[in-house]
Amino acid sequence: MTAVLSSSAPETSLDADAGATTRTPALAVAFRSLRRTFGTGAAAHTVLRDVDFEIRAGEVLAILGTSGCGKSTLLRATAGLDSPTAGSVDIDGTPVQGIDSRCAFAFQEPRLLPWHTLQANIAIGLPTGISARDGKAKVGRLLELVGLTDFAKHRPREISGGMAQRASLARALARNPGVLLLDEPFGALDALTRIKMQDLLLDIHRAEPTTVLLVTHDVDEALQLADRIIILGKEANAGEGAAPGATIVRTVHVPGGRPRDRGSVELARMRASLLETLGVDSR
Amino acid sequence: MTQLRNSAFTGTNVADGRAAAVPATPADAAQPGPPLTGAGGPPANGWSPAGILANGWARLLLGLIIPAAVLAAWQLSTAAGVFSVVQLPPPAMVLDAAVDLLQRGQLGQHIGISTQRVLIGFAAGAALGLVFGSLVGLSKFADALLAPTIGALRAVPSLAWVPLLILWMKIGEDSKITLILIGAFFPVFTTVSLALRHVDRNLVEAARAFGLKGVKLLTTVQLPAVVPAVFSGLRLALAQAWLFLVAAELIASSMGLGFLLTDSQNNGRTDRLLLAIVLLAVIGKITDALLGLAEKWAVKRWA
Ligand SMILES: Nc1ncnc2c1ncn2[C@@H]1O[C@H](COP(=O)(O)OP(=O)(O)O)[C@@H](O)[C@H]1O
Ligand SMILES: [Mg+2]
Repeated sequence: MTAVLSSSAPETSLDADAGATTRTPALAVAFRSLRRTFGTGAAAHTVLRDVDFEIRAGEVLAILGTSGCGKSTLLRATAGLDSPTAGSVDIDGTPVQGIDSRCAFAFQEPRLLPWHTLQANIAIGLPTGISARDGKAKVGRLLELVGLTDFAKHRPREISGGMAQRASLARALARNPGVLLLDEPFGALDALTRIKMQDLLLDIHRAEPTTVLLVTHDVDEALQLADRIIILGKEANAGEGAAPGATIVRTVHVPGGRPRDRGSVELARMRASLLETLGVDSR
Repeated sequence: MTQLRNSAFTGTNVADGRAAAVPATPADAAQPGPPLTGAGGPPANGWSPAGILANGWARLLLGLIIPAAVLAAWQLSTAAGVFSVVQLPPPAMVLDAAVDLLQRGQLGQHIGISTQRVLIGFAAGAALGLVFGSLVGLSKFADALLAPTIGALRAVPSLAWVPLLILWMKIGEDSKITLILIGAFFPVFTTVSLALRHVDRNLVEAARAFGLKGVKLLTTVQLPAVVPAVFSGLRLALAQAWLFLVAAELIASSMGLGFLLTDSQNNGRTDRLLLAIVLLAVIGKITDALLGLAEKWAVKRWA
């Protein structure tokens, strides 16, 4: 496979005044011999082991892997919501210890507070110390960015799943995160809404090229959005007594700038190859 | 590579075993929730049972049927001479007793002091119940430290506290309010500490991911999530507060509805005794209804 690096293409700026509040620069992320074991003694259960990887600042990395292989665990460790049993996650050269304010998280479910309006929910993502006026302006811009201005005062239960997921994304963006963590954010959406959300994410990344770690189980989504793709899984040639836990079994560079032609022959070939690694026969 | 299997590419999304919180909707458009009433059932109109219950006034009237029937039976049985006046005076006599006490300025005093004791004791007990319930519900350490002691205290029958409270605080307001506080504390403590353990962990994690912690996390996520439970605890606590009020006033007081009960018993004033009971029923019901209104508002606001 030819490893062609895509060049980020920040020609067009999505909203010119996005920089009114100080923008956090994209930050590099590194997993260093990361290992995560749940439980102790006989009940010990190693989920991740020997995860070593470096993500460049501003890169979009897609993380693929079967259900339960530890993708969410890896993201949670990056955000400081979980701590590795061994090794570390370094952001911008310093290890993550506790909840890390340089990250923002969008979960598989929107996880909006039902008793808050969308506006108030998005405001929860604002960095601490921002003035009330700047915060309000920023939330307004984000509502516009994700197309929810007319729903600012709605409660989460009054909107569709796609809209809730956009609000969740806006909440994460409110942080100006140096690292944006997306855990299967579009997984629960229908195909059409999913494609719209992917395009939205590309627009956002073009306007503010932050580092993105995107967990997905959709190979096409990974091929559309990512600069590189890693696959987490058990090593293919692992025998009976092999070390338990998933690690990075494959790294793929996705060629070409975004947006990419969904029908391209090269992407189709890569899709088949990735699916094979994941253990799915694509024919 | 056969150990790797993935259902993820089939289009279904049950990836994590965590059910998706939001159903996929075909169109990315506003989807107001289903109407709360009349979903699937017959339309709420006319004289169908559902129609009557949907109308607030009709409901109120329906609820008044039994009290009215009791009043009528009371009036008829006393008029027919089934009971002696000492056993059961007629309603009119009870009303007279009320007017009499009112004119002497005693009725307002009894009602006022009792209500005041209940409200202060209830407020203090509920506040403490909320604080300790939050601590025990949120912190495993506080749970291990406090729960056994609180559980043991709770096992003490309420009246057992009375002699001790009187010994320590004398027969003043403090001892009565403390007893009511004890009564109001436990329902709030129990419901809040239990409910906090079942707050949606995903919501809490999301809030933590955005830097919320401690008191801010409690007030932003955890307490709002348990508002319905808090209110059912508060309503139980209010009922307990009235119960403990009467216990306190029966034993040692010179004012209040409980005192009116014992005093009337000693003087053979069954009319006043009945008056005290009716007043306790009515005032208890009113305070509970007011709390119910607050509950309705809060649940709508926070759920
Ligand atoms: N808090 C936890 N305690 C015990 N086991 C856990 C915990 N969190 C995750 N796991 C286990 O770790 C494995 C990986 O989970 P997860 O990272 O959510 O997988 P993925 O996101 O790839 O589907 C699963 O087997 C899960 O049971
Ligand atoms: Mg997951």
